[in-house]
Amino acid sequence: MNSFRTHHRERIAVLFFLLFICMAGLTGRLIFLMVCRSDYYSARAEDLHQRERTIKAARGNIIDASGKVIATNRTVCTISVIHNQIEEPEEVTAVLSRELGLDESEVRKKVETYSSREIIKTNVDKELGDKIRSFHLAGVKVDEDYKRYYPYGSLASKVLGFTGGDNQGIIGLEVVYEEYLKGTNGKILTMADAAGVELENAAEDRVEPVAGQDLYVSLDVNIQQYCEQAATQVMEKKGANRVSVIVMNPQNGQIYAMVNVPEFDLNSPFTLNQTVESQVSERERQDLLNQMWRNPCINDTYEPGSTFKIVTAAAGLEEGVVSLNDTFSCPGFRVVEDRKIRCHKVGGHGSETFLQGMMNSCNPVLIDVGQRLGVDHYYKYFEQFGLKKKTGIDLPGEGVTIMHKKENMGPVELATVSFGQSFQITPIQLITTVSSLINGGTRITPHFGVKAVSSSGETVHTFSYPKTAGIVSEETSAAMRYILEQVVAEGSGKNAYVEGYRIGGKTATSEKLPRSLKKYISSFIGFAPADNPQVIALITIDEPEGIYYGGTIAAPVIADIFKNILPYLGIEEEKEKTDAAFRIYG
Amino acid sequence: MAENRPEKKKKVRRFYDYSLLFTVIFLTVFGLVMIYSSSSYSAQLVYGDAAYFMKRQAMIALAGFVGMILISKMDYHWYARFAVLAYIMSYVLMIAVSLFGRKVNGKRRWLAIGPISFQPTEFVKVALIVMLAAVIVQMGRNINRKKGVLTVIGLSLPIAGIVAANNLSSGIIIAGIAFVMLFVSCKKKWPFAVCVLLGIAVWELAGPLATLLENLGILQEYQLSRILVWQNPEAYPSTGGYQVLQGLYAIGSGGLFGRGLGESIQKLGFIPEAQNDMIFSIICEELGLFGAVSVILIFLFMIYRFMLIAENAPDLFGALLVVGVMAHIAIQVILNVAVVTNTIPNTGITLPFISYGGTSVLFLMIEMGMVLSVSNQIRLEK
Repeated sequence: MNSFRTHHRERIAVLFFLLFICMAGLTGRLIFLMVCRSDYYSARAEDLHQRERTIKAARGNIIDASGKVIATNRTVCTISVIHNQIEEPEEVTAVLSRELGLDESEVRKKVETYSSREIIKTNVDKELGDKIRSFHLAGVKVDEDYKRYYPYGSLASKVLGFTGGDNQGIIGLEVVYEEYLKGTNGKILTMADAAGVELENAAEDRVEPVAGQDLYVSLDVNIQQYCEQAATQVMEKKGANRVSVIVMNPQNGQIYAMVNVPEFDLNSPFTLNQTVESQVSERERQDLLNQMWRNPCINDTYEPGSTFKIVTAAAGLEEGVVSLNDTFSCPGFRVVEDRKIRCHKVGGHGSETFLQGMMNSCNPVLIDVGQRLGVDHYYKYFEQFGLKKKTGIDLPGEGVTIMHKKENMGPVELATVSFGQSFQITPIQLITTVSSLINGGTRITPHFGVKAVSSSGETVHTFSYPKTAGIVSEETSAAMRYILEQVVAEGSGKNAYVEGYRIGGKTATSEKLPRSLKKYISSFIGFAPADNPQVIALITIDEPEGIYYGGTIAAPVIADIFKNILPYLGIEEEKEKTDAAFRIYG
Repeated sequence: MAENRPEKKKKVRRFYDYSLLFTVIFLTVFGLVMIYSSSSYSAQLVYGDAAYFMKRQAMIALAGFVGMILISKMDYHWYARFAVLAYIMSYVLMIAVSLFGRKVNGKRRWLAIGPISFQPTEFVKVALIVMLAAVIVQMGRNINRKKGVLTVIGLSLPIAGIVAANNLSSGIIIAGIAFVMLFVSCKKKWPFAVCVLLGIAVWELAGPLATLLENLGILQEYQLSRILVWQNPEAYPSTGGYQVLQGLYAIGSGGLFGRGLGESIQKLGFIPEAQNDMIFSIICEELGLFGAVSVILIFLFMIYRFMLIAENAPDLFGALLVVGVMAHIAIQVILNVAVVTNTIPNTGITLPFISYGGTSVLFLMIEMGMVLSVSNQIRLEK
């Protein structure tokens, strides 16, 4: 037998010492991990464990000039069942199918599905949701949610726009003012296990949602409704494709109404507003929807035609190449280089002053003014008036002006541009430019947004828009107001006359491309009072059937609108009485 | 725990290490609490009984405890005669398990005999300790010669190899036990020092070394990936690094005093089978640095008791038995904590007395019985 010796004892002591070193080393490692790296690893672990539940913030309302709410939220409920919390499946099935009007077998299937949560029905009215909640059924969850709601349905649909599934703006003001309207979602942070089931006793971190700000806009529901009515009437009467009306304050660019009939229902924006053949592919359907959502006042360009003579006249007067009493002669056409350009009056207007030429909307007169200006000067004013740039309206997708390049412009192009053909601008560009020419020469920015007000009623942001003064002189502007008033008083725009008011305006009948189709856009731009414009309106009627002259079909609509909205806007009739007296004596 | 002075009975003047006994009881009960804490969530999900694992472990631990007491009252020289038989049985069982073993997670580690199934590797550890102690005592001074050393290696390596083929970590532990017993009994110094230094060098240079070996075709790709995962577990969060990383999250989020007993979140499905190899990370998460260091200190105290018993053992055989057990427990504790803290590459090693595992706790109790029986042979008065 081997004996137990001292060296064995020594070795055992050494062994213990070595093991002690190892354990001390590991303890050091533990200290490193649990003290020095603790923050790092606990943050990582927290990330892994935390589940975030969002509390939706209420989206801000959109409120019109008269204080009416035109876009708001409605509380809707989502009814769902949680399988392993249900105690009486039969009763749950019976109550839910009865109250929600659903097929009993379908509800039963969902009730019996083993899943964490099964949605029975979404977008349930709050009242019904409250009623279901009052049954106190175990395992039935009623969750409230916000849904965008437009009390006026289709009113100003293409202007307001609508929101998507996450309550985000998709088109119109809803998307432009997204950052003000949307608010900040709150959240509930809870701890969850690996399967994502929330832990019951874990502390909850709650971040309250901040409601979006209310957007106050210059749009006026009454004016909008009246214009919509008028536009719909003329559209139906004339069998037109569509009719657009813009009503604006020419002094500051606030838009009171922007109508594009046919409108669509904002509360179901994915329903087409026209009947289509049943056989449409998904893509065709999407194209039709996009078409329906378009705002032609802003997104589409057209040849303005005679309304653009205002621009040529203003440029001529400003440059001093023409005065009101200069005489012209109209044989019914004008030959520019090798081209014979006709006047709309085949026999010609004969001898006439510049003022009479404007009242007659005579093409040769305006061609002559354009030629007197020359390409360089004409182009200079075109740019000076702001026609090459976007208007900067607070709506998405504004169309850009399609204009000849200066170096490609010869006398013929200049001649056609002079009376509003061979180039394209948007209706909003036309009304903005005309506003700027008659308001004393200040280029304004058309807009809807006035201010953003927090849910506590405090004005957070007042929107301001750029203005450029002096695009024409005050004299030229006054002359233009006079000319355009005469156009309505005794010229081609006399159908826009409103008893008791001084109205200025200009008609237009533009032939659509290609010319061979003989399709027209009839339009009229009018403003009042003529000596101090407070409101300006532009109507465009796309492809009217039968009589298509702007002076005949478009001007009366504006007259009708003015008759109703001028008193509403507080523009007094009395001024006109002196005017009428003046007319008798004059 | 203060050292319990044995009661002085006049007839039997023998020592019995109650300190060790109570340490064993404490660790086992603490283990049961931690098994319940770490497994109740998954046990509830899978078995519908939150205490499923805890109950099973408690029953086996109780049986093991009775066995331990019985063995501790025997004279340890008595079972030396079964050494050879046990050693041969080791081979038989290991071969049997490789052929007929029950597959769990794709590996044959469980051997079923009648209604009882167990992991033979645990048996091998005990058998080898007894065998080597007996052989070394038999060899006498020859152990200091090359032939003696080679004999011990010759006895240990084949069985360690077979076990390693079945379960790498158990193979490492068996080799480690043999190494430690040889170290204590043999007078040579340098070979051991060289081995330890070599081990440290490999640990330090594992990364480049592994890449080199893989390029030479010696190391398999999956083994290399284990080492790469070890060096940077966050680069492999969803594959190899998942378990280690989840363990680190648990340890790191424990902080100084932990979340409190039962409050671990990582056990809720993030750490797979938290009651097994990774239980130490749950201890860290729930009881913090304080709890984790306490557990290490208790193991250190246990090893200290082993040292005392070994030093005072009546003969070399008893001392070597205790050294073997000491080596076994120390290696497992150190390797387990090292794996959990990502100090060494991941390999499945349980934490003695605490991790869930019936075979493990049963044989640990038997080993404790052996140590206690050695302690019981210490005469207090000369």
